[in-house]
Amino acid sequence: MRVRPILLSAAAALAMAALASIAASAVAAPDKVDPAADAKAFKKYFTDKFPKVKLEDFVNGPYSMNEDMRKQWQEKEEFPPYEFALEAGKEMFGKPFKNGKTYADCFPNGGIGIRQNYPYFDEKEGKVVTLELALNRCREANGEQPYSYVKDEMASLTAYMAYTSRGKPMDIKIPGDPRALEAYENGKRYFYTRRGQLNFSCATCHVQSPGERIRAEILAPAYGILNAMPIYRSEWNGMGTISRRFVSCNSQTRAVPLEPQSDEYRDLEYFLSYVANGLPIAGPGARP
Amino acid sequence: MASTIRVRATANGDTTEVQALIQHPMDSGFVKDAQGQIIPPHFIQQLTFEHAGRAVFLADWGPAVSKDPYVKFSFKGGAKGDDLKISWVDNKGASDTTTAKIG
Amino acid sequence: MDHSLTRRLILQGAGSVALIGLGLSATPAFAAANDKYPEDAFKQKTGADAIKALYGKTAEASDKVKLDAPEIAENGAVVPIAVATTLANVTSISFFVSENPNALAASYVIPEGTTPAVANRLKMAKTCNVIAIVESGGKLYSATKEVKVTVGGCGG
Repeated sequence: MRVRPILLSAAAALAMAALASIAASAVAAPDKVDPAADAKAFKKYFTDKFPKVKLEDFVNGPYSMNEDMRKQWQEKEEFPPYEFALEAGKEMFGKPFKNGKTYADCFPNGGIGIRQNYPYFDEKEGKVVTLELALNRCREANGEQPYSYVKDEMASLTAYMAYTSRGKPMDIKIPGDPRALEAYENGKRYFYTRRGQLNFSCATCHVQSPGERIRAEILAPAYGILNAMPIYRSEWNGMGTISRRFVSCNSQTRAVPLEPQSDEYRDLEYFLSYVANGLPIAGPGARP
Repeated sequence: MASTIRVRATANGDTTEVQALIQHPMDSGFVKDAQGQIIPPHFIQQLTFEHAGRAVFLADWGPAVSKDPYVKFSFKGGAKGDDLKISWVDNKGASDTTTAKIG
Repeated sequence: MDHSLTRRLILQGAGSVALIGLGLSATPAFAAANDKYPEDAFKQKTGADAIKALYGKTAEASDKVKLDAPEIAENGAVVPIAVATTLANVTSISFFVSENPNALAASYVIPEGTTPAVANRLKMAKTCNVIAIVESGGKLYSATKEVKVTVGGCGG
């Protein structure tokens, strides 16, 4: 079982990853947040660790790490399992609300080809706004019931929007607003903090052990890990959103899962998306 | 209502390659639901592909075929613009059929 | 495992009624007359019994049957498995998963003019052999490959 070796070397590798990040930001001071330097160090860590992986391939998670799995994935991508969700999403997106308006009215460019800009920091509200959150706000603003963040409707909608952005580079902005920097830093802190019975942080698996197995699963690299969302998971026998993945990841590590779209999750999505800037959107995706 | 059958049929020289993805639960009858009750078997049993009035491929499926089943095969003949008719019948007697154009 | 519903449908001839309803000709243009759903073969437990029920004969291993299956299935619920062959006069191709509750997973009729190659996605309950059978010139040829399954495909 790989769990024990991961835990034993946890401290060492985690310290290294943290050090790499701090060292790259030149000033080892908690009051100087340098996301650009973080992103550079994050990218360097993964490209150094996996010199043979093509840059844009990191977004394919475990498939960039293992040849046998890659073959199975490529076979399924010929006619992917998320095909039906994607079709449903397109139909849902185009259907007007009871008041006659559509999703297109809520988003820049009618909601087409904009997924790579999410999440963004809303300076009026002072918080991070994710795509899933924006979609439900759109619904509520137009007199409709919000969708569950973890069920099929949200997955279908985000699948369609991601599809219209396929290939575009992730493009998350952090404005100079100190609250935006704080949100980013909160997300980063959440990512590196250990929690739960298994005492894992997100980094324990996705920074320290990508490409290795935890029980039967091959771990994906954190670099670009949200670019292929939402995903059709064979394990779920269906689609899942970013919210669903964050919740289930917490449960799986025996940590208390938070409510979908809670502040920590929004900030976490902000951090993870920002450090993946430049990597292509690959959603919707398929995973084991 | 939209068909459950998605087809991609491409003519390449004298051979037509066909891929089909069908929306169907393909329940095996071995899985329990959240309440602990067995979900009854519900799966496609026969799938037929016809071109120019004759069967070019026939599938006999059991519940071990994956959910949202996929199949790929090729046949000689078939030209761009031809019709390809696909039909299925499941163990509950339900069926669906669609006609796609070979591209 | 409740197949009583299926049995009733077949006994009532609902299967053939549905086929006629699909507009298929009453005289099939292919040799291996598998136009009737092989209910009995799907009920067999072992690969050997299922092959016998489906074809009435046994197979010999042949390197002319190319079976493509992963080393380790990423998920037992959706395992992409394909077979191709250079054998001539192929009339049937079928797939068996030895440790599934019922070994026969899928059987395909290959009419004349159809390439003897099939790709599909199957469920595997656990690590075991996948067997591909090709019926060529009235004889059976097989290829076998072990596929490791860590997360079983039958649910849970």
